Amino acid sequence: MALSTSLRSNLIKPLTALTALSSTHHLRSPFSSSADDTTVLTIETSVPFIGHRCEPPSRNVETTPKEVLGFFRDMALMRRMEIASDSLYKSKLIRGFCHLYDGQEAVAVGMEAAITRRDCIITAYRDHCIYLGRGGTLFECFSELMGRQSGCSKGKGGSMHFYKKENGFYGGHGIVGAQIPLGCGLAFAQKYSKDETVTFAMYGDGAANQGQLFEALNMAALWDLPAILVCENNHYGMGTAEWRAAKSPAYYKRGDYVPGLKVDGMDVLAVKQACRFAKEHALKNGPIILEMDTYRYHGHSMSDPGSTYRTRDEISGVRQERDAIERVRKLILSHELSTEAELKSIEKEIRGQVDDAIARAKESPMPDPSELFTNVYVKGFGIEVAGADRKEVRGVLP
Amino acid sequence: MWGTMRQRVSYLALNRTRPVVYASRSYASGPKQMTVREALNTAIDEEMSADPKVFLMGEEVGEYQGAYKISKGLLDKYGPGRVIDTPITEAGFAGIGVGAAYHGLKPIIEFMTFNFSLQAIDHIINSAAKSNYMSAGQISVPIVFRGPNGAAAGVGAQHSQCFAAWYGACPGLKVLVPYSSEDARGLLKAAIRDPDPVVFLENELLYGQSFPVSEEALDSSFSLPIGKAKIEREGKDVTIVTYARMVDYSLQAAEILAKEGISAEVINLRSIRPLDRSAINASVRKTSRLVTVEEGFPQHGVGAEICMSVIEESFDSLDAPVERIAGADIPMPYAANLERMALPQIDDIIRAAKRTCYRSAPKAAAA
Repeated sequence: MALSTSLRSNLIKPLTALTALSSTHHLRSPFSSSADDTTVLTIETSVPFIGHRCEPPSRNVETTPKEVLGFFRDMALMRRMEIASDSLYKSKLIRGFCHLYDGQEAVAVGMEAAITRRDCIITAYRDHCIYLGRGGTLFECFSELMGRQSGCSKGKGGSMHFYKKENGFYGGHGIVGAQIPLGCGLAFAQKYSKDETVTFAMYGDGAANQGQLFEALNMAALWDLPAILVCENNHYGMGTAEWRAAKSPAYYKRGDYVPGLKVDGMDVLAVKQACRFAKEHALKNGPIILEMDTYRYHGHSMSDPGSTYRTRDEISGVRQERDAIERVRKLILSHELSTEAELKSIEKEIRGQVDDAIARAKESPMPDPSELFTNVYVKGFGIEVAGADRKEVRGVLP
Repeated sequence: MWGTMRQRVSYLALNRTRPVVYASRSYASGPKQMTVREALNTAIDEEMSADPKVFLMGEEVGEYQGAYKISKGLLDKYGPGRVIDTPITEAGFAGIGVGAAYHGLKPIIEFMTFNFSLQAIDHIINSAAKSNYMSAGQISVPIVFRGPNGAAAGVGAQHSQCFAAWYGACPGLKVLVPYSSEDARGLLKAAIRDPDPVVFLENELLYGQSFPVSEEALDSSFSLPIGKAKIEREGKDVTIVTYARMVDYSLQAAEILAKEGISAEVINLRSIRPLDRSAINASVRKTSRLVTVEEGFPQHGVGAEICMSVIEESFDSLDAPVERIAGADIPMPYAANLERMALPQIDDIIRAAKRTCYRSAPKAAAA
């Protein structure tokens, strides 16, 4: 299907149509700069959306060169951060659990493009990139992963417990499925306070079978809560493929009476379109489910090789055919929004940023021992609290 | 996270009537070594082999060979009818397990960690623990809930809690806490054969540890009695009562205390419910001093119950206040230095033992 570009600026010459992934492209003068935020591009999503009990949005997505280049940069940054975390874990600077998001970047980035920081996001433990998308810094991420006081949770939370409440990010949860009722609770509060904002409660295909999802969804539907349930279907719940865990892996339909939309989660523009659609829907009509068809390149966590339950061919196949960053790169190049060299230079810059953040995080101090007893309560009434040997280490909860 | 620690613990299995003997570090002619992981695997295997009603259910227990490889090889041996991979739905599969037990099967329900058992706790308590009583004996529940409990390494607040005290409070449940490989084998076999619901609290950091096991323990008919503690090390100056991974720390503390002239008796509880009150009290009547050691939170903890039991039965024997070493009264922090402060260390146990002895100078005779 032909691509059309509509122009709002009279500075740019009219252009001929292009398909998003076509290998042929017309020669024309490239856009003047990557900061072009006024030219509107209309790009077609990879596949049409599939609706359940709703009319799906158009697969033509409006965007700008600036936005598309921003997508590239944001996703490349997330990708590099996760890969760097892999190395840090192997060199034992990161301990415990580490669940990496590489492969799924388009969901985090596309969602941010459709919403504001007053909308809320809550997710499970694969949260590093969501945190970054919500305005977290690399330094805070790496510091937290390495258990330093400059971390986003002052080193006390760890990989699974990143938060940024002032930007509407509510974590970072270790218990599979728990974040869904919590997300519906955020939506409840938003409606209660008449905020006109929504909550995106993210979960995986593994969590999709949790009973608490259905309990919370039922209430969200009864009470018209502005809750959007986003299933990041990467097709494996730890080592269990979706068909072995779910009688019906059509997660966008699992809400039954709640509408749903199936989205190509590797297409950042499709994600943006779906999230915008969902936000509009949720504010008017209550909950909706978005199923993002996505993929994780790493195993479930750093303790899982990720190759005992899926083939290496499958993993490399997805990387070749559907990688979100490659998709945007091709889009940028075919529309001449930038050059190969410029994109490489962005990637190089990103590597530098990541390396720099890691170096600074490595140098930053561990939490002070006095932090052991802080934040147990908001208001502790000055009660005494004990360490392992109550006669040796004790504190007071302020 | 399957640990690969191969820390060797040299000691011989002790019986109350025998004097303490320490095993040499050479294993050339010693008993067979077995990791806790192997012990659990062989126990489940043998019990499944002996009784067709026994089946295993949980997340990743089958094709993945077990999240911590405890159930390795079992799917191939017994098939998907008896080794069942579940979706991530603890409330659901725990309930299904209890229902199967009502009908006469003998399920082993694995929780990937006991932190996730909180999703299923209604079924453990209300559907399993109380049924025999409520039905006046008609509905017994021969089920085992097992999995890693307590702290691992750097897994944060939601993945580090010790549930011994919570489950130990509940009538109708049996709660077991193995330490060594022999404990793991004997107690798990006993649990699977037991007609009542058993909460079997393992520890991830012990899975990779190797222990010597006796010939008797290798036999498929082997089992250990439920409700009986084991004196891991005899002593005469102070009793240290503990369970699971803290047994290792307590034994190390005892070794150091001995060099300073304090002879500590280390009791490995093996069972939180029933609690071996007679063993604990007999030991306290001998030593007159008590230190309890646990990973869990201090308030309403295992140590609190032990202390009360000793006050009830052996108050006059006490020469010093009971000391309690437990996890810090905070959610588990992630940072390595804070995590270390949140859990008992060997130094804490030594310090508490010394406090009960009111001295810092060594006593005359050692064990």
